Amino acid sequence: MARYFGYKRPKDTKKALKALLHYLGFHKWMLLLVILLIIISTGANITGTYLLKPVINNYIIPGDIPGLIRTLILMGIMYGCGVAATYGYTQLMVHTSQKVIREIRRDLFKHMQKLPVGYFDSHTHGELMSRFTNDVDTVQEALNNSFSLMIQSFLMLTGTVSMLVVLSIRLSVIVFAFLILMILFIKYNGKRSKAYFNRQQECLGHINGFVEEMVAGQKVEKVFNHEAEDFEEFCRRNEELRKASTSALTYASMTIPTIVSLSYINYAVSACVGGMFAISGLVDLGTLASYLVYVRQSAMPFNQFTQQVNFILAALSGAERIFEMMDEPAEVDEGQIKLTNVHISKDGSQTVCEHYTGDFAWQLPEGQLIPLKGDVRFKNVTFGYTPEKTILHDISLYAKPGQKIAFVGSTGAGKTTIIQLINRFYEVTDGEITYDGIDVRDIKKDDLRRSLSMVIQDTHLFTGTIADNIRYGRLDATDEEVEAAAKVANADSFIRRLPDGYQTMLHSDGSNLSQGQRQLLSIARAAISRPPVLILDEATSSIDTRTERLIEKGMDALMNNRTVFVIAHRLSTVRNSKAILVLEQGEIIERGSHDELVDQKGRYYQLYTGQFELE
Amino acid sequence: MHQYKKYAYIAMACIVGESVFELIIPLLMSDIVDVGVANGDRAYIFRQGALMVGCALISLILGAGSSRFAALAGQGFGAELRKAEYKKLQEFSFANMDRFRVSSLVTRLTSDITNIQNTVATGMRPACRSPVMLVMALSVAFSMNMKLAFVFCVALPILAVLLLYIIIHVRPLYTHMQGAIDMINRRIRENLTAIRVVKAYVRDDHEIEKFNESNEALQNVSERAFRFSALNMPAMQLVMYSTILCILWFGSQIIGAGEMEVGKLTGFLSYVLQILNSLMMLSNVFMMITRSLASGRRVMEVIDEKIEITDEQAEKVMEKEGKPLEVEKGDIVFDHVWFKYKKQAKEYVLSDIDLHISPGQTVGIIGQTGSAKSTLIQLIPRLYEATEGEVRVDGRPVADYPVHVLRDAIAVVLQKNTLFSGSIRDNLRWGKADATDEEIAEACRIACADEFIQRMPDGYDTELGQGGVNVSGGQKQRLCIARAILKSPKVLILDDSTSAVDTATEARIREGLAHKLPHMTKIIIAQRISSVMHADQIVVLSEGRIHAIGDHQTLLKTDEIYQDIYNSQKEGAML
Repeated sequence: MARYFGYKRPKDTKKALKALLHYLGFHKWMLLLVILLIIISTGANITGTYLLKPVINNYIIPGDIPGLIRTLILMGIMYGCGVAATYGYTQLMVHTSQKVIREIRRDLFKHMQKLPVGYFDSHTHGELMSRFTNDVDTVQEALNNSFSLMIQSFLMLTGTVSMLVVLSIRLSVIVFAFLILMILFIKYNGKRSKAYFNRQQECLGHINGFVEEMVAGQKVEKVFNHEAEDFEEFCRRNEELRKASTSALTYASMTIPTIVSLSYINYAVSACVGGMFAISGLVDLGTLASYLVYVRQSAMPFNQFTQQVNFILAALSGAERIFEMMDEPAEVDEGQIKLTNVHISKDGSQTVCEHYTGDFAWQLPEGQLIPLKGDVRFKNVTFGYTPEKTILHDISLYAKPGQKIAFVGSTGAGKTTIIQLINRFYEVTDGEITYDGIDVRDIKKDDLRRSLSMVIQDTHLFTGTIADNIRYGRLDATDEEVEAAAKVANADSFIRRLPDGYQTMLHSDGSNLSQGQRQLLSIARAAISRPPVLILDEATSSIDTRTERLIEKGMDALMNNRTVFVIAHRLSTVRNSKAILVLEQGEIIERGSHDELVDQKGRYYQLYTGQFELE
Repeated sequence: MHQYKKYAYIAMACIVGESVFELIIPLLMSDIVDVGVANGDRAYIFRQGALMVGCALISLILGAGSSRFAALAGQGFGAELRKAEYKKLQEFSFANMDRFRVSSLVTRLTSDITNIQNTVATGMRPACRSPVMLVMALSVAFSMNMKLAFVFCVALPILAVLLLYIIIHVRPLYTHMQGAIDMINRRIRENLTAIRVVKAYVRDDHEIEKFNESNEALQNVSERAFRFSALNMPAMQLVMYSTILCILWFGSQIIGAGEMEVGKLTGFLSYVLQILNSLMMLSNVFMMITRSLASGRRVMEVIDEKIEITDEQAEKVMEKEGKPLEVEKGDIVFDHVWFKYKKQAKEYVLSDIDLHISPGQTVGIIGQTGSAKSTLIQLIPRLYEATEGEVRVDGRPVADYPVHVLRDAIAVVLQKNTLFSGSIRDNLRWGKADATDEEIAEACRIACADEFIQRMPDGYDTELGQGGVNVSGGQKQRLCIARAILKSPKVLILDDSTSAVDTATEARIREGLAHKLPHMTKIIIAQRISSVMHADQIVVLSEGRIHAIGDHQTLLKTDEIYQDIYNSQKEGAML
């Protein structure tokens, strides 16, 4: 109901309709049944009205009581069928529409999971959320009510109009003229109110954006005593929205009273003209009386019909946005090579294993095994998020298996980009990345990512217990393993001090934990996944150096002989790495161990001695 | 608020008037047929016709008026409600904010209000019309024939009971449904923000499975709710059809007894629909209200939230002393302070903190992740209230100061800091609204922010995106420091605010603060030893307790935690 205003007309009605019909198509027998039941229900209603006259004329006036009883029983049966049909179609429609909505929601979510990371960079969360909330809601609203109401009012309208034509063709010309007038008004008013609606949506966006920013920065607002200024700004935007939405609503709600009044004028004109006809003997009195009853009745279904059309259009524009997202191309995943656990026997031969062995291999489609070593090489890799702006220029690098490789460089130098190319969050524009000699594009994406454990800059925790969050790294981990991983990440002690220990519930991205504690949990999550290759992207930036050192020890033991990539701007974090790569503006400018780089007295040395600021 | 009430009354009056005309028009109509046509009086027909058109036009004007005033009232009410909620939100203390989630506060201020507003706007017309229609149609029916109208006395209560039954049962279902919707939205939001984690761990199937569970739960509960509410349609028809049959039956008997003319019976029947329909509309309004009630409750939760930190005590002090207290020096005392975030929590976050900071001193605070460093300093500007013990500024308990006075005097650069969309200058002016360009430049010089601002194309007028996305971490931190300096506070607290700034620049900031603002008390929380080693006293926190206090040299000799931290950074780049 609530979404009657503010709809946007779909750009491509046919396409959205087709996609929606595709979903409805799964339930076409159900829908056919619904339509059948609507016809019965509406039929009972119309016939009932039609029967009143003969009942009065044939039984009541002559006083034919047995005949009246007979007819009333018949009518009762008919009405009973009508009520049953109504019950049936309303319930069926709810069931079907909820099912369809669930399917749409399910597929949308499923598709969302397949979209490339870049898609989420270019769309705000609010925008994507509203596909799931507002847009799905409008579709649901329309399916719940409008679908059946539209059919019903259409049937009523055609029924009444054909009665009018049957009763008097000449008089019905007036009705048609008024119907056209009403349609014209609806079109005109729709166009006029649309401009106001666009303005309203714009203002709504302004105030919502403001609210979002201010609520997020509220603690800063408090600290600066800045409430009054913000309140003023809020009131300004609020007032703007009020004005815009008042105009929009005024025009939108004008439709109903105008249509009603027009239908009364129609009624009056029909009555006058009909009266003239009757006096001139062109039409008899009885016909005129029932004709006028139908004229009056025609307004209601017409009104309802136009209203439902609005709902349906709103739903279609919602559907359009939903299917637009579903049409977005998914991540490219054409790789064939899989990751598998292997058992290595004493003579060095490998056999495929189902369970975790700690040794991995790449399995070619033909069944050949290539041991996973973690040998990552970049060959002349060039990359840009957009074609116009290259971020990485001709990067060539290699990570020998078992080494700890560190990237150091300013924000925007491309450190994070490099590792997001390894796990194919993004695809290289030019050049090649190989993993144990295999082009990463030939590896099945899921397997590629399974082979790399990543702790990323922004720690994200999920609603659930602490244990659940750690277990996210490996779903079948036992409680003991969860605790062991927490110990490696040095998170065990703080977790134990929480009110419910490992069973403490985290809400809303773990906002009740400090940034450092969240990072510890992210590390524990990576530790439990026992990956062949580990990537730490500013994973310890909020953790004190003493704790960091303890974690490093634990992780070193865990990642013994495995490749680790570390990104940090804190040099103490990367100091112990085998090779440190200094990146600047998408290019590697220095490479070597800590001591070598210090001796070189280049950029790393400047950073080290505090002469130069990273970022 | 009163203005919108006025509009609401006008809108209601318009709607009632409109409904009255809608009932008059059919009466005029019946005269055309019964009198005009029967007598062959063309002039009469035209007169009545013109009268009908006139009535239709008046009702059009009333309808337009009702649209306008209902919009004014509904949107005005929504705007006022939004304003009241926002105002309340601004009064929230940190503890209040922690209780709500940011995302939930945003929905409470946006879509919940829109929901309520739409209900008011769409519900007003049926809510006013249907009672009028009901009363008018009933009185006409009774005036036509008392005996026959008694059918309504049975039918109406039956329908009312049926509808009431539906509404009562649907209400809790809607509440459940709202819960299921919240759940599913949370899952989606989580997956949007953490998409990289999901993909990195290849957990899409796991997430889809979790989502499907919530999705199915939502389908089940919403299907139950909508099914129940869809019952009102057949219920209405059942009562309507039975009424028609009864009227036909009893009507025929009354006619048989010669107590009513046949013509009246037809007229009577036409009111059946109107009477029952208005009741049905009324139930729809209730249904709409039920649905938006969930939104209303969520909004009221914000408005009714008890504010934890108030000026109550400060007002008493003001009454006694005649003027509000001012912070003069910046002397800070923690007197055996204990703190926990929630009353129910078993363990204290801060335990027995006893600390004195003299005016103009520089104090460093260092300690492990989670040792409650940030919590400690947030008690000074009364962002949280000590659970036990007392925090005193210039010898007076912090609660004695009006909150805005206290916070003007004590500037905190928070760890999770925020810049807002707008120019750099706009952001800096948060510190001092009427700051001159010279003052701004001076603050930026102290914070070492002037160098990079000058290099920016538009200098101080450079626009920052939401959250300050177009400056780097180190630059952001320096801007935040400059913003705090502009307040010219008595106490400046830097909560890990130079972590992304290189050590050389950090040293210059420290020197700037020491020379340009010597009387200001400075409290610095840091990870790096180099950030605090020059402080007059360094507090080492461990698990919410003070482990040691002293200067760099003493701590290095005596405190093992400090030594550990020092050693972990010694060979590193941090010194």
